Amino acid sequence: MSQLVLRNVGKTFAKAKVVDGLNLTLRDGELVSLLGPSGCGKTTTLRMIAGFINPSEGTIELDGKVISAPQSSLPPEKRGMSMIFQSYAIWPNMTVGENVAFGLKLQKVSAAEMQRRVDQILDIVKLRHLRDRYPAELSGGQQQRVALARAIVVNPKVLLLDEPLSNLDANLREEMRFEIRRLHDEFAMTMVYVTHDQSEAMVTSDRIAVMNQGRIEQIDAPFELYGRPRTRFVAGFIGRTNFLTGARREDAVDFGGFRLPARALAADGRLPQQVQVSIRPQGIQLLRDKPAERDNRCCIEASIARRAYLGESWDYHISLAPALEPLRVSARPAEVFEVGQRIYAEIDTSQITLVSD
Amino acid sequence: MAYVKTTLEEAALPAAGGFAQRWRHWDKTSIVWIAAIAILVLLVVNPLLRLLVVSFQDAEGAFTLANYVGAYGRSRHVEALLHSLILGVSAGTLCLLFGVPMAWALSRTDMPCKGLVWIAILGTFIIPPYLGAVGWILLAGPNAGWLNKLVVALTGMDKGPFNVYSMPGLVLVVACYSFPYVFVLTKSALDLVSSEMEDAANILGAGHLRTTFLVTLPLVLPSILGAFILVFLEAIALFGSPALIALPGRFHVVTTQLWQFFEFPPQVGLAAAYAMPLLAITILLFWLQRRITHRRGYVSLTGKGGERRPIALGPWKWAVLGWCLLVTSLSFFMPLVVICQAAFAKAWGRGWSLDNLTLRNVYAIVFENALTRTATWHTFLYAGTASLIALVLALCIAYVTNRQLVNRHVGGALGFLTMAPFVVPGIVLAIGFYAAYTRPPLVLYGTAWILILAYTTRFLPIAFVNSNAAIRSINPELEEAVRTLGGSRLVAIRHVVVPVLKRSMAGAFILVFIPATRELSTAIFLYSINTQVLSVLLFDKSDEGNFETLASIGLVLVVITVTLILAGFRLMGRDFMLRRTVA
Repeated sequence: MSQLVLRNVGKTFAKAKVVDGLNLTLRDGELVSLLGPSGCGKTTTLRMIAGFINPSEGTIELDGKVISAPQSSLPPEKRGMSMIFQSYAIWPNMTVGENVAFGLKLQKVSAAEMQRRVDQILDIVKLRHLRDRYPAELSGGQQQRVALARAIVVNPKVLLLDEPLSNLDANLREEMRFEIRRLHDEFAMTMVYVTHDQSEAMVTSDRIAVMNQGRIEQIDAPFELYGRPRTRFVAGFIGRTNFLTGARREDAVDFGGFRLPARALAADGRLPQQVQVSIRPQGIQLLRDKPAERDNRCCIEASIARRAYLGESWDYHISLAPALEPLRVSARPAEVFEVGQRIYAEIDTSQITLVSD
Repeated sequence: MAYVKTTLEEAALPAAGGFAQRWRHWDKTSIVWIAAIAILVLLVVNPLLRLLVVSFQDAEGAFTLANYVGAYGRSRHVEALLHSLILGVSAGTLCLLFGVPMAWALSRTDMPCKGLVWIAILGTFIIPPYLGAVGWILLAGPNAGWLNKLVVALTGMDKGPFNVYSMPGLVLVVACYSFPYVFVLTKSALDLVSSEMEDAANILGAGHLRTTFLVTLPLVLPSILGAFILVFLEAIALFGSPALIALPGRFHVVTTQLWQFFEFPPQVGLAAAYAMPLLAITILLFWLQRRITHRRGYVSLTGKGGERRPIALGPWKWAVLGWCLLVTSLSFFMPLVVICQAAFAKAWGRGWSLDNLTLRNVYAIVFENALTRTATWHTFLYAGTASLIALVLALCIAYVTNRQLVNRHVGGALGFLTMAPFVVPGIVLAIGFYAAYTRPPLVLYGTAWILILAYTTRFLPIAFVNSNAAIRSINPELEEAVRTLGGSRLVAIRHVVVPVLKRSMAGAFILVFIPATRELSTAIFLYSINTQVLSVLLFDKSDEGNFETLASIGLVLVVITVTLILAGFRLMGRDFMLRRTVA
């Protein structure tokens, strides 16, 4: 029902293009996060959706109606959205109850109805007992929940979240990720979530739009995004990875010390002359003895260059050939190898992804 | 969700809106800044422009240079200019001698009785400079002054050595009431110098004394220089103390000379021409002061400062305390004592005996004398109205510029005009107002409004500095949260900005109100018989030599000020006065 469409949206501040030709469609009830490093234009995009900033080009539509266009835009108060801010923006002059009720008051909801809805939402965010407290008396996590309650209670068409968890400590942040996801599922709201934290985006989102330099590099569900990054930026930004560049030789790709069959990289064998691939550290298995050849696996002789024990896993650097950067490999704690030991690295070719620049 | 539907449909945007559409989406805040500009033209631009214009006009309004010839053609007038320079430089130097050691003692050392010294400095700040001058007349007037009597009694000389009606007397009195500026600026700079800086020098072998002179003081030198300039400007712009001391001493400074041009019949053109160098010097030096204090490279002044430990002075702490007490005796304790004595004495010269005590003076000015009663009422009415106008205007301007509701150039112009009165000496501003509003189209002279508007202009910068800081302290997201929930900007201002600002605005009001209640230099040029205020009355009474009444009026003013400051403490916490009056 609430469908949000950004068509070719761009924003230029003093000649600097902050957002550039952005296209994005949110289905009703979908949670999409905008993920990217600081300065990538994600917050500007969110503020354009909210109506605080006018786009320099393109349009934003809500349910088929244009709400933002370069000539003029619907002011934020007429969009029926709500927003959660990085600073929470809890009004210090009002109690928790008054904060939450404020939006309803503006909608001229009857007193009884207001009471009912405020109570209901405070129950959901587990803050009912703090109803008459002032924000200064609340902890960071409680303030965060007040912000959530205040934004949700008005039944917004779209809920916007601007780095909502960045001011919380690590444990609370992890808990609140699930809280936000739970609230999303409970109310089935259309949500746009801005963050620079990839695991936050992975936990909360239906789809993640990875942004870089004002553009969306890739938009996909978390699983595809990690497994099939399309660009070098996305592969590097979401999780850790190894990049390898190779040159095409007939039906194989030469990485300067070892070769992989072309068919392992692309099913139809069509590859450019220069090939860039990403291999996740989990896509490589280290073996003491040379394994039997299998489909979709290729085996390379290597040696351990460096290792670190991280408790949950081993972090190995293996060198395949003297001229190549070592590859990082993540191995289970039981898989112990010494530095300098000769080993066999078995790469799962289905986990090798071609990436462009 | 129904509410959203209707508003969205009604307001959905076609590609290009019609006029009604445009109006609906046009940000109404433009009205605010257009009004603000209009008011600033009335308050700032017009008076200053007229000041310049009349300086080139003769009585008929034709162009002439005769005013400048008249103003600078006489050696008397040039001499007054010279006197002002001497006064400024000497008072500035004396202020450094007074203020810098005290700032160092209170900021960096383990000197005892810091609280007492603090209170005395705050007290000095509270006493209006012209009341201090009255105190010093009682102390060091030739013959009758208490200090002279004391010396005569002790040494048997037939005449006391002190004469306040002289240039040294004037310098001392001005310095006594300006050194708090030096103190505050130096101390706040010292407070930011981390002890680690001094430790670094100590560990390399420098003693406390060398460290202080080679490391600590050079670090705060820009602030000290800036304070010197500020005091210099304050001293040359002052009217009250010079009028009380220089006139009986038969010499002139610029401000008293300007006042004389206004003796009947007022020679506005001449006064305007004569005021120009005062204005020029002030603007130039303020610019210089900004450059000095804002110079980069003194990193230690920008950081948080790390750990700070007081320097142990040993027995020297008593010497340092002695100096602090000496200075505060000159500026605060002694004048206050003699003023109180005069206020409660039947005749102040009769001395300290109990039968000389009376409440008549105070009772008379508070309850009986109609003139003082109306003047008191006017003082608070005008100061209150002016503070209110200044604050509302400053808040509007601070809001639209900080929230970038106006484009950069308009915002810059608004800020500039609002801060411009800061570099205009009160007396110059008064001449500008006189020139602008005594003749049609807008005649305000003779009404209360000319005083109110002049006060408003004069203290607009203080109001603006405070409003700006207050608005900046509000995260814009607080307002944006209102807007995403369906409230307009006005709703956000009413329900969030105003309630949040209430306290700091009450404090800012007091900061404007206090100087407005004691303002003399503008009032003396703009008041009329029906619009007397206390400061003017006090000045008039000094002619009659009725020091008992004079002291009582001063004391009433001080008591009211203290009450207000205590209210300010409650609202904003200690040291709020010393924080923002000197920007």
